[in-house]
Amino acid sequence: MLTVDGLACLRGDRLLFKNVGFELKAGGLLYVLGENGSGKSSLLRMLCGLLMPEKGTVFWNKQTIKKESESFLSNLTYIGHLNGLKDDLTALENLTMGARAAGNDVSEDKALAALAAIGIERCANLPARVLSQGQKRRVTLAKLWLAEGKLWILDEPFAALDIASVSKLAAKLAEHLSSGGMAILTTHQDVTIHAQSVQTLRLSE
Amino acid sequence: MNGAWMTVLRRDLLLAFRRRSDVATTLFFFLIVSSLFPLGIGPEPAVLSSIAPGVLWVAALLAGMLSLTRLFAADFADGSLEQMLLAPQPLTLLVTAKVLAHWLVCGLPVVLLAPLIGLQYALPNDALFVLIISLLLGTPALSLIGAIGAALTLGVRGSGLLVALLVLPLYIPVLIFGAGAVAASQHGMSAQAHLSLLAACSLLSLVLAPLATAAALRISVE
Repeated sequence: MLTVDGLACLRGDRLLFKNVGFELKAGGLLYVLGENGSGKSSLLRMLCGLLMPEKGTVFWNKQTIKKESESFLSNLTYIGHLNGLKDDLTALENLTMGARAAGNDVSEDKALAALAAIGIERCANLPARVLSQGQKRRVTLAKLWLAEGKLWILDEPFAALDIASVSKLAAKLAEHLSSGGMAILTTHQDVTIHAQSVQTLRLSE
Repeated sequence: MNGAWMTVLRRDLLLAFRRRSDVATTLFFFLIVSSLFPLGIGPEPAVLSSIAPGVLWVAALLAGMLSLTRLFAADFADGSLEQMLLAPQPLTLLVTAKVLAHWLVCGLPVVLLAPLIGLQYALPNDALFVLIISLLLGTPALSLIGAIGAALTLGVRGSGLLVALLVLPLYIPVLIFGAGAVAASQHGMSAQAHLSLLAACSLLSLVLAPLATAAALRISVE
């Protein structure tokens, strides 16, 4: 369970948001909405612990994420704006090494299956350098099919994806939520994801 | 935990292998800088062998410096650094894997090339041997201390020069003991004291530098 209390974000001397609070339980989906520059990405980075909040605290199972960092981080899958792919590694190497570096010891077959699930298995042995923006995004998103943790924090996961991939990802998200997972995402697209409880958080000045 | 450490090490080595030109740059820099001195100073063996320890150590130090900015910059730019910060494994451990990869790729080749360069400086055999040992013991400290500078200057404009300003003063002890060891053996004294101090520098930085580097990375990523 993720609980957030009174978060405030200051970038430079601009207050992006304050008093942001919510509670996300198993099966819950949270949409973070707002204009460009309203602090959506900053909020997601704060929830991961990459950015220190100006005020407020993020709790994982009623403990601060700093105190519970090992359990929190092993449950967390974060996909930000940056894909985290190495241009000189193939799609498959990127996916397997990325997962293993985070302590998730996946086999090559499992990684191939994950690439197939998002329809990019043809590119498995191509270096990431030659992939298009959308293909790179799909390779990054393939790690959701390998993720074992409960909490997914996704920053614009649908950006740059084609229609078929969007529906595959939406179905995967619905499956994750129905099996007791949690997801927080920002999006500008209108995508329906089936979940038991859907919350919306609107960031505005 | 072991798996993650090995993966980070293997990934960095694989990346270095696929971008061999970067490694070659470091080595050629070392080769050329240390070859310029005999050409500029003249072929007098007595003069050359007396400046050899200092020149070779400074060249090794600058060559290592050249590659430092690459240590975290690519990971920072493509987002894999964020993912490393969010791994459940302690960041300090993953940092040691990256530094080890950097040393294997940029430090070890310099150590292996050094005796060849030493011949240009008319160094006697036992001094050559001490040179290799001193570089072997000292260059890990260079990579470890350099990692702090590389982490602190992430995302800063003109980071290459800034790294040099931050890190070179911290290299002074390593330089003194490293060059001192070779000079001692040239003068027929035991190099053991210098070498022990050099090993101490490396061990101390092995304990402290990854902590400082991890803290600096967290600040840089914010």
